[in-house]
Amino acid sequence: MKIHRLVENAPRQIIAESMSDAPGNAVCVSVGDSIENFEENTLRGHGTLVRDDTLVATVCGVVERVNKLITVKTLHRRYGAEVGDVVVGRVTEIGGKRWRIDLQAKQEAQLMLSAVSLPGGIQRRRTAEDELQMREIFKEGDLVSAEVQAVHQDGVVLLHTRSTRYGLLKHGQLVEVSACLVKRQRQHMATFDEYGVGIILGCNGLIWVGIPSTDAVGDSADADMDDASLLESIARIAQSIKVLSRMQMMISTESIGQTARLSLEHGIHASEMGRGDFLKILWQHKE
Amino acid sequence: MEYVSPEGLRLDGRRDKELRRLNATIGVLQSADGSATFEMGNTKVMAAVFGPKEVEQRSLLDADKAIVRCEYSMATFSTGERRRRGKSDRRATEISNVIKNTLEQTIMLELMPRTQIDVYVQVLQADGGTRCASINAAFLALADAGIPMRDIVCACSGGYLDNTVLLDMNYAEDSGGGPDVVVGLHPSLDRMVLLQCDNRISIETFQEVVDLVSEGCRAVAAFMREALVEHIRLMAASQQPRG
Repeated sequence: MKIHRLVENAPRQIIAESMSDAPGNAVCVSVGDSIENFEENTLRGHGTLVRDDTLVATVCGVVERVNKLITVKTLHRRYGAEVGDVVVGRVTEIGGKRWRIDLQAKQEAQLMLSAVSLPGGIQRRRTAEDELQMREIFKEGDLVSAEVQAVHQDGVVLLHTRSTRYGLLKHGQLVEVSACLVKRQRQHMATFDEYGVGIILGCNGLIWVGIPSTDAVGDSADADMDDASLLESIARIAQSIKVLSRMQMMISTESIGQTARLSLEHGIHASEMGRGDFLKILWQHKE
Repeated sequence: MEYVSPEGLRLDGRRDKELRRLNATIGVLQSADGSATFEMGNTKVMAAVFGPKEVEQRSLLDADKAIVRCEYSMATFSTGERRRRGKSDRRATEISNVIKNTLEQTIMLELMPRTQIDVYVQVLQADGGTRCASINAAFLALADAGIPMRDIVCACSGGYLDNTVLLDMNYAEDSGGGPDVVVGLHPSLDRMVLLQCDNRISIETFQEVVDLVSEGCRAVAAFMREALVEHIRLMAASQQPRG
């Protein structure tokens, strides 16, 4: 039986080793540090406050300047919903003509009954019967993909699944990462044709890896899940995402594809991708 | 029992105004939004922060600001003899309230209305100054979670034994029968957010002790700041684009 030693803080060690060669040019601040004098026309963004004409940091992070806007970007923060974001969440509660969805954000999101597309695709008014059969569509514990419809003043997020692209997720695996690592792109749903695996990159950091949505209809999908090579591909993609997250690298369709390809080139099995050796290879490839 | 030798050395070989050895590790738990461990000599404390998140008890929901919940507990193996403490341990409840009060003054609660921030502090090894180490660890965990704060919050303790003002006492000195003063500080704002005193002390000595402990707080704050900036520098390197 093989036993592998866990290297404590392997990502930190790997990054620290490479850092000693070239110092970064990012300005890192801690809480309470003064950033600079507050001029008349500077705009202060998140993570800052003005005290006695100086701009002071309220969080620990990297100072970012865009023209006159100065913000402090933290390493990771809970997801903040914006209209149009594709998200993946789990149903926690049903009631009052809505589903409550947990997005791992600052507040729970709501999916109204009027915001889902009914089975059959017909457009009609929701009746009391529909309300009683909400559990037929999504029940507690189900994973769904949706789009952010609106964000109210008090922070309540409204979702909708008014498209065949969104809806119930099955036949796959969920990977949770920090929301800051998922770049906002044009396309959040992608398919890796060479593996036959589809992903949904939720902006809230929940990423779905599984059978592509177009193929996941009927009983054939259930049978597909018994296919060992498909399961291994799903595991490989999921591990690529986890490894990128451990090394605090940005997650996008390209970076996931590159990581998966890298692991195949080096002949590393999906279960061994989390080990220090592959992390080192990945870091060197990035440099 | 002699706590300060004629040469001015304490039981563990320190001078009267010397802090214990400090150590901090940030980002130790995967599941928490923010986490940290903080060591002051042999006292070792771990803090975990969850939030800002949805308020669990609707009756506590505040539409204007976030609410803070704090829980302090000591591991059964943290003291010399293995002791199991119940949930209604009075000392733990008191320290939980102290930490909550200190953090409420530090966190910018008005920026996160209708949410809840949970802070859990666990003492892994107790050798005096646990509430100070708890506050410091909680601050590091909050910083790791990216929660906005008005200033660094740091805490330190001190006392008066054998006619000497002592800084950062360990358990043996704590049990010496002299006063135990705890100070919590916002160093840049120069504002005291916590002041506790156990036992009897004269007003002049009290002022001396408070001044010394405030100095100790600032030294702790400088140390924590260094640890945070180093942590950010390391982790930010991976998020930067190549080149």
